Amino acid sequence: MTSAIELDDVVKEYLSHGEVVQAVKGVSLDIAEGEFFSLLGPSGCGKTTTMRMIAGFEAPTKGLVKLHGQDVTNVPPNKRDVNMVFQSYALFPHMSVWDNVAFGLKQRKTPQDEIRRRVGEMLEIVDLAGREKRRPREMSGGQQQRVALARALVNRPRALLLDEPLGALDLKLRQAMQIELKRIQREVGITFVYVTHDQNEALTMSDRIAVMNDGLVEQLAGPREIYERPATAFVAGFIGTSNLLTGAATGGTLKISGGRVMVPGQDGDVTVTVRPEKITIGTEEPAAGLSAVRGTVAEVVYLGTYNSYAVSLADGAEITVFQQNAHDATATAERGDSVWLSWQAQHSYVIGS
Amino acid sequence: MRRLTPYLLALPSWMWLAIFLVVPMVAMASVSLQTGNAIDGFAMTFSFSNYSDALGRYSTQLLRSLLYGGMATAAMLVIGYPVAYWIAFKGGRRKSMYLFLILLPFFVSFVLRTISWNFLLSDNGILFGTLKGWGLLPDDFHVLATAFAVVGGLTYNFLPFMILPIYVALERVDPRVVEAAQDLYATRAAAFRRVVLPLSLPGVFAGVLMTFVPATADPINAAILGGTANTMIGNIIQTEYLTNLNYPTASALSFTLMAVLLVGIFVYARALGTENVLEAAAR
Repeated sequence: MTSAIELDDVVKEYLSHGEVVQAVKGVSLDIAEGEFFSLLGPSGCGKTTTMRMIAGFEAPTKGLVKLHGQDVTNVPPNKRDVNMVFQSYALFPHMSVWDNVAFGLKQRKTPQDEIRRRVGEMLEIVDLAGREKRRPREMSGGQQQRVALARALVNRPRALLLDEPLGALDLKLRQAMQIELKRIQREVGITFVYVTHDQNEALTMSDRIAVMNDGLVEQLAGPREIYERPATAFVAGFIGTSNLLTGAATGGTLKISGGRVMVPGQDGDVTVTVRPEKITIGTEEPAAGLSAVRGTVAEVVYLGTYNSYAVSLADGAEITVFQQNAHDATATAERGDSVWLSWQAQHSYVIGS
Repeated sequence: MRRLTPYLLALPSWMWLAIFLVVPMVAMASVSLQTGNAIDGFAMTFSFSNYSDALGRYSTQLLRSLLYGGMATAAMLVIGYPVAYWIAFKGGRRKSMYLFLILLPFFVSFVLRTISWNFLLSDNGILFGTLKGWGLLPDDFHVLATAFAVVGGLTYNFLPFMILPIYVALERVDPRVVEAAQDLYATRAAAFRRVVLPLSLPGVFAGVLMTFVPATADPINAAILGGTANTMIGNIIQTEYLTNLNYPTASALSFTLMAVLLVGIFVYARALGTENVLEAAAR
């Protein structure tokens, strides 16, 4: 695969109140043609700054930005073959839907009949045909979102940058748009770079995810890999819920308060993460070979498709357990019950291994 | 009672408008149709010829006023728009300080400011006297008592009224919308022309309205900076009213000026596209 976007050790420094602040501390990425790539991280992690450097709104302090092999580090945004969907859509309020979508083509002096054809086609794709004459403020959030998408995609950019495009929508619409976005991306075959702080969104849509924290990429991998094998404690904590257990392992077993954690082949200090849905909750002592911990149920939360248990160990640490409501809605354990937690050795993932 | 509250709250302002706007207007309209003199008194004769007489005698000054007012407004737009733009987009954390600086001249009386301009521009004053002394200007060079001085004075005095509404309109333009235009291949100039300028038109409209009307009617600048050859309609109205005690002519001229300005504004609003202006403002 050829690479669509390359960042080569990009650094961005700002001057804030007389002090130099590093928003991006050296990020290298290689995003492939046609890929759905997400930059995921909490606010202030540098993901938006990284995207703005790809778009050309910010110039990196150090490093190179390449689009399709060409160095565009100092090329202004209007000369870059990428388009952006802004967080608040940034539609032109004084223009109709049609004029909004036609803006880029007009700027590029595209022939009139081609503009008419392409804008028409694009409005079909985003399901807005018949609403050409509306003004942005006469439309719902979801419709504005689709105008913003059409306005960028109609130019057939080599890459589309999306800055938290679903952030302003309610949950149902957001989920529908996630599927919609993925469909459109498959249909047009354009590289998507997607900035989000919502891990579910990133996991659902992406081919690959770069998890960012404090100006650096913590892990760059596919969704499954990131979820199952987090590279750092930060990634484990940021993606989904996870239980972190630390201590010194001897001979493949980590002794913790109230039990044992199987960590095959490990010796010395380790940090282990276990996903809540991998843990079984029960009253009987688990078989040998399984990780097993004893604790007291501190809280049971009914969440519809599953129950969430907070189990406190003898030393006060808490482990979260999800149990699916597969058969009936009654909880396996009640608050105050003494329980055994167990999971298979393969689900103790040692961070950094 | 609840439902009446908003009306009751609005009552003082309605009373104010009725007493201090409607009543004097009606009185002035009535005076403009009377004949007589200050000693024997004026009587209502429905003398519409007051209007044609006044216009016949003072059409030069009326046209000059519209010309000076228009020139000053154009100058204010050219100077004021960039200032408003700069404060709105580049002002950063000092925005309010810059706005305060714009308003600072208001802390000095309008008349005094104009007199100090007279002082600055006088033929052998601090500026031109010195330059003439150095031989940088010919001895007969003068600015005072020219159209340039009057238009300059009007421009200086009303400039803040142009800057502020344009600033308010530009301040409301989302910088991301400008970025979106640049992202969609617009150069900085094209982004300004196609996005920033149209979105700031309501401010331009308000600014022109708030400067053209008072500048055209203003008597102070022509009186202090204009000498005798640049009399504007405001000066005539003042003289007719206060010196000649010719109330009907003064009133007729005032109404004529008002009518001309109202028609002008209406045409201007249509030309600019009221629909666009109002829509952008309602955003």
